[in-house]
Amino acid sequence: MTAEIGLAALWLAAGLAVLQLLAGSLALTRRGEALGGAVRPAAVVQGVLSLVAFLCLIYVFAVTDLSVKLVALNSHSMKPLVFKIAGTWGNHEGSMLLWVTVMGMAGGFVALIERRLPERTILATLAGQAFVSLGFYAFLLIASNPFERLSPAPREGNGLNPLLQDLGLAFHPPTLYLGYVGLSVAFSFAIGALVTREVGPAFARAMRPWVLAAWIFLTVGITAGSYWAYYELGWGGWWFWDPVENASLMPWLAATALLHSVSVLASRDALRAWTVMLGVVAFSMSMIGTFLVRSGILTSVHAFAVDPERGSFILALLAINIGGALILFALRAATVTEGERFALISREGALVFNNVMLSAILGIVLFGTLYPLLAEAMGAKVSVGPPYFNPMSALFAFPMLLVLAVGPMLRWRRDKFVRVGKALVLPGMLVVAAGLGLLIWGGVALLPFLGLVFAVGLALASLLPLKGRSLRRTPLAVWGMVTAHFGIAVALFGMSCESAFTVERLVAAKVGDVTEVGPWAIKLDAIEPVAGPNWTALEARLLVRYGADGKVVRLTPQSRSFWAPPQQTSESALLTRWNGQLYAVLGGEAAGETGEGRWQVRLWWKPFVPMIWLGGLLVAFGGVLALMGRVASDLRRTIARGRVADRQESRALLKERA
Amino acid sequence: MVIKAKHQRLVLLIGALVVLLGAGLLAAWALRNQASYFYVPSEMTTNPPERGRAVRLGGMVEKGSLKTLPDGVTIAFVVEDGKARVPVTFRGIVPSLFVEGSGVVAEGRLGEGGLFMADNLLAKHDENYVPREMQDMTDAQAKNVVAETE
Repeated sequence: MTAEIGLAALWLAAGLAVLQLLAGSLALTRRGEALGGAVRPAAVVQGVLSLVAFLCLIYVFAVTDLSVKLVALNSHSMKPLVFKIAGTWGNHEGSMLLWVTVMGMAGGFVALIERRLPERTILATLAGQAFVSLGFYAFLLIASNPFERLSPAPREGNGLNPLLQDLGLAFHPPTLYLGYVGLSVAFSFAIGALVTREVGPAFARAMRPWVLAAWIFLTVGITAGSYWAYYELGWGGWWFWDPVENASLMPWLAATALLHSVSVLASRDALRAWTVMLGVVAFSMSMIGTFLVRSGILTSVHAFAVDPERGSFILALLAINIGGALILFALRAATVTEGERFALISREGALVFNNVMLSAILGIVLFGTLYPLLAEAMGAKVSVGPPYFNPMSALFAFPMLLVLAVGPMLRWRRDKFVRVGKALVLPGMLVVAAGLGLLIWGGVALLPFLGLVFAVGLALASLLPLKGRSLRRTPLAVWGMVTAHFGIAVALFGMSCESAFTVERLVAAKVGDVTEVGPWAIKLDAIEPVAGPNWTALEARLLVRYGADGKVVRLTPQSRSFWAPPQQTSESALLTRWNGQLYAVLGGEAAGETGEGRWQVRLWWKPFVPMIWLGGLLVAFGGVLALMGRVASDLRRTIARGRVADRQESRALLKERA
Repeated sequence: MVIKAKHQRLVLLIGALVVLLGAGLLAAWALRNQASYFYVPSEMTTNPPERGRAVRLGGMVEKGSLKTLPDGVTIAFVVEDGKARVPVTFRGIVPSLFVEGSGVVAEGRLGEGGLFMADNLLAKHDENYVPREMQDMTDAQAKNVVAETE
């Protein structure tokens, strides 16, 4: 019954999206103005209904209703409850339902609270949001109905890929989706502003919190995903340039650029057309990412089943949405008049540079991700990996970081380098000192060398905008910027340390053997069988000690065998210290004549590696601070405006009485 | 210097386009050099890649060829496609579904004397995830993979 309620809610939501689209578009014409009143309520109810549908799906997963095909294919009654629930979005249909739910709720939220823009712009925005949603509703209802029944119901489900049975999975995809779909609001705002010719600071201020929020979720999602891949795959790496990782990185790059250009538009009324363009590009990247992941068109550890029909459906949606938006942009770009001017050396100039560099990196990642497809069309099978992505993105990232150190101190409109030059002497000296130190240390490759040097300089330079300010009176938004930029430096430091100083050992050890890796001494104490709710495992008991007189700590990496579906995974064991992480993986028993009684153990000592994710979280936290600051000042402005209006009203009343 | 109103947008546009175009050309050039190509054993023996170039080798692990070297962590085996054989060494923890007679894709480079040195092995994980190259093997090879791994 629950499944039918969910399906009905989904159809109703789709119907409301049609209403929202038609009423919103007609309300823009002179004759249909009366219809405008229906648009906001339609958007709100549509959001609620999509949430109902999603809750229904969660429920059938939670109780393992095997008569629902999706549950039978992807779940199992023996699974812990939290993974049953997380399994709701661990598959194609469920994740698409999550997508439309988030999108519907975002639309409802805009309808509910956004009052600053002209009503016509809001109507156009909501119509745009409905148009995009409709495509995905159609996709769900026609090509991938999550509530389809199976008759007869099977006795037991197929289970969930063990790699995905992890707490990280419970939060990672929803976070990313909130980010992806949050960008749809920016997209709809861009469409709404283009249609009603309202591209200006008011539009930028309305759009900014949405871009910020989406960007925060993307940042957290990417950071969490990277950490998940790091400890769950057991390969010791934290970024693989896997198509799915790239699919989340590309919208992030576009959103980062958008975030910066939108603040130029909000405070200086410049970069109008460019900001609108980025709004379109950012959500297009989200859709391209979804297409790459959901169509299974590229090889990936994340790829679920390959399904050409679904791939072509999403491709068609992609073409309609992106193509339509670009045509609209081409038609209307000429009517977007040029904004305020600025000199090359100015805050705007630095932000333009940052935008162009981010776009270049975006292009490089996109090109590298799609290249295997292009090559295959021409008959060659290739894969593209770190040897391409690392140097090529670094080529544009480092100039950007250089400008990042200077930009926040420049004044709007026009400035001189001489003025900010003095402040940069100290970071510059630090950079030179770090460079010399590393050269004397020796043996560090070019990219990590640059990374370390830049990280040190940037860490200091990112704090400089606080100089000369009263810390108490500094607006939250400035604190946010400083925190986020400092976070970039921290993450860069972690990445560079990881690639410069990681020590790795791979050994076949007997019980009792002691291995050394970096400053650690590791003793294989025992190998024992253990069992969990739906798996059995071999567990290694490692006694590890840092330095000669450190405390002995126990680490227990496992090699797990799941039985539904049958698959083996390795559970790595991590030990975090302030200055790095020890990473241990247990392989199998070494085979062959000489192998008996020896176990393969792989160990890494990764100095400062947690800084990568700490930096990522700092960046996201900076975003949160900025968002809080923006929302608070918007509220204050609204309240102040209300007070002024009240005062005028009472004054008018007094006059009347007098 | 504040650029004249008429020109500012044009200058910015041209600047951005030049950078993006440059990035595109660089990317195309780098991809030609850095993309790693896929080989099956018969291609690798008749028309081998340059030594040291990153490539992928895909085929079946020949039965009876898998050996563990005395250090306990290096394995040696032969990848074949029915027409040719390529010896491979790999140092590391092998994927759990890597067994003799099943399909494998090895990432690595060709070394001395036609020996392929793998940095990474991809085996069939489960029914939903097959390395893409294995989907496109010839029919006979595909039948083998199916027969051996299911």
